[in-house]
Amino acid sequence: MSLLKLENLSVTFGNFRAVDQISYSVNEGEVLGIVGESGSGKSVSSLSLMGLIDYPGKVSADELTFMDQDLLSMPEAQRRKITGSDIAMIFQDPMTSLNPCFTVGYQIIEALKTHQGGTKKELKKRAIELLTLVGIPAPETRLSAYPHQLSGGMSQRVMIAIAIACNPKLLIADEPTTALDVTIQAQIIDLLIDLQEQKQMGLVLITHDLALVAEVAHRVIVMYAGQIVESGPASEVFSAPQHPYTQALLASLPESAAGKARLEALPGVVPGQYDRPKGCLLSPRCPYATDHCRNVEPASQGPLERQVKCHTPLNAQGRPAA
Amino acid sequence: MFQFIFRRLSLVIPTFIGITLLTFTLIRLIPGDPIEVMAGERGVSAERHAELSAQLGFDQPLYVQYFHYVTGVLQGDLGNSLVTKEPVLSEFLTLFPATIELAFCAAIFAILIGLPAGMIAAVKRGTLFDHSVMTFSLTGYSMPIFWWALLLMLIFSVNLGWTPVSGRIDVVYWIDDVTGFMLIDSILSGEEGALSSAIAHLILPSIVLGTIPMAVIARMTRSSMLEVLSEDYIRTARAKGIAPWRVIIIHALRNALIPVITVIGLQVGILLSGAILTETVFAWPGIGKWLIESIGRRDYPVVQGGILIVATIIIVVNLLVDIAYGIVNPRIRHSR
Repeated sequence: MSLLKLENLSVTFGNFRAVDQISYSVNEGEVLGIVGESGSGKSVSSLSLMGLIDYPGKVSADELTFMDQDLLSMPEAQRRKITGSDIAMIFQDPMTSLNPCFTVGYQIIEALKTHQGGTKKELKKRAIELLTLVGIPAPETRLSAYPHQLSGGMSQRVMIAIAIACNPKLLIADEPTTALDVTIQAQIIDLLIDLQEQKQMGLVLITHDLALVAEVAHRVIVMYAGQIVESGPASEVFSAPQHPYTQALLASLPESAAGKARLEALPGVVPGQYDRPKGCLLSPRCPYATDHCRNVEPASQGPLERQVKCHTPLNAQGRPAA
Repeated sequence: MFQFIFRRLSLVIPTFIGITLLTFTLIRLIPGDPIEVMAGERGVSAERHAELSAQLGFDQPLYVQYFHYVTGVLQGDLGNSLVTKEPVLSEFLTLFPATIELAFCAAIFAILIGLPAGMIAAVKRGTLFDHSVMTFSLTGYSMPIFWWALLLMLIFSVNLGWTPVSGRIDVVYWIDDVTGFMLIDSILSGEEGALSSAIAHLILPSIVLGTIPMAVIARMTRSSMLEVLSEDYIRTARAKGIAPWRVIIIHALRNALIPVITVIGLQVGILLSGAILTETVFAWPGIGKWLIESIGRRDYPVVQGGILIVATIIIVVNLLVDIAYGIVNPRIRHSR
């Protein structure tokens, strides 16, 4: 059963479409990876799921449902009951994501109190359990620690404890390891996957790290300039990419350049508000682009579980089919 | 925390020496001589002048006079007024409650209006409310106190007759000086209408004196709040699904208050110096009016002593602000 379903979700800031008509769904117990370079709309789309897009940003969708409840039409107060309890989110930079003025315990208990309530003693006990669960040593003493007394890895563990406090059915992790060093990254990801398996949560993992997605995600979505360019089972997308952008992303991995003098790179940057091309958004950077690509925007094609937004999807040999 | 307070205290000593030296020299740089001012138009003979000078110690070299002054201060003796012969300290203590009462009400006015105005302006940035708050506070900040006082007095006291023109209470009441605070004394007196008369007399001076601090607090709160509202931890708080008012009051305001508290502390200096003008315009019998008159009379001990006490108060308030800062901001409390 699908937990979260979105159909043609767009987020616009004035004339600029940060997220452009994306559709996907997340099932219970599923890990969905979202990859793409900076500015491709990964974070903005996930913030819109949480209802955290502020004026002047506008969210619109043909459908945005969580467990068959329409998130867009429900009143703010009702939506806040879902936000933070059934859908929770952890962010990129743990060091700035905790409020410096309050203790770790206060910030965890606040989440519990908002959605579940309970006596002071129960809440404290539950907070200690949560800290133990995310692998923080001496949890009783950590409750009274302030965020500035914690390392980056510890802070991210606290953020995870806050996020899973109310047993969410869906957890959105927005580049949870980007600000951490490599050894800690692995620990945090292990922790997230452990918790996801234990609690059978749906997990949306937004990241730059393709190797990580290949390893842990069941399905993957590749985003470019606010659009989904390719989606499908992680193993298929990475072993046989059908979109030139996915191919270029994979080629830019240092591992693919073993034995070569230079790393592969896709020249150019993601188009912004003022330089959006007319046809396919990738056409100025795509090595296979034709005049047709430059003039007509491609539609998504292929079966629902394996879609690609390209006029000339790549074949198994990594060449344009037509 | 103890170490933190001790470190702050040790900085007070050089400040203290600086203040005594400055007031001592500056008052002597003003042309005129206290004995001639006392004598007025009648003038004074050269012998009598020398005699009085010797009596008051003005014939000694300046560094000796300074030494005598400082040793006196260290023993808690600020000297006697040249005019009234009363000890400076006891004069100060009689007048100080009036100033405290005024400054306190002005501060309450400034905080009660400035904080919420700045906060709402930040939350509703770009709206008409925001622009009005910013325009009003800039106007308030730029307005000369004496002019603003006269303007309000003309409108509300003279034309509309809503508030009394000057003084602390109507002359029909005779209030015993118990605490020195008119609001308290008027209640203690049990006289009907005394309290409301005292309040009515406080309104305009408080608004006048509180206007600049209010403007500063409103602008500071707004900019501080704007910065905090864009922080990552505000997003985290909202992601928890807590109500918007709670995000603003609990999560944002606490952080935004840190710089505002410093500013409020600095305003105490403004309140006390602003009191000089406000008290003069409203004939408010406090230390501001007392200091102005003493400067006119070249009453050296009163000017030196008065300024020294006022400066000490400002130092102490700033120390308290530093401590309050440490309480609000855990990062300061824990730093070595």
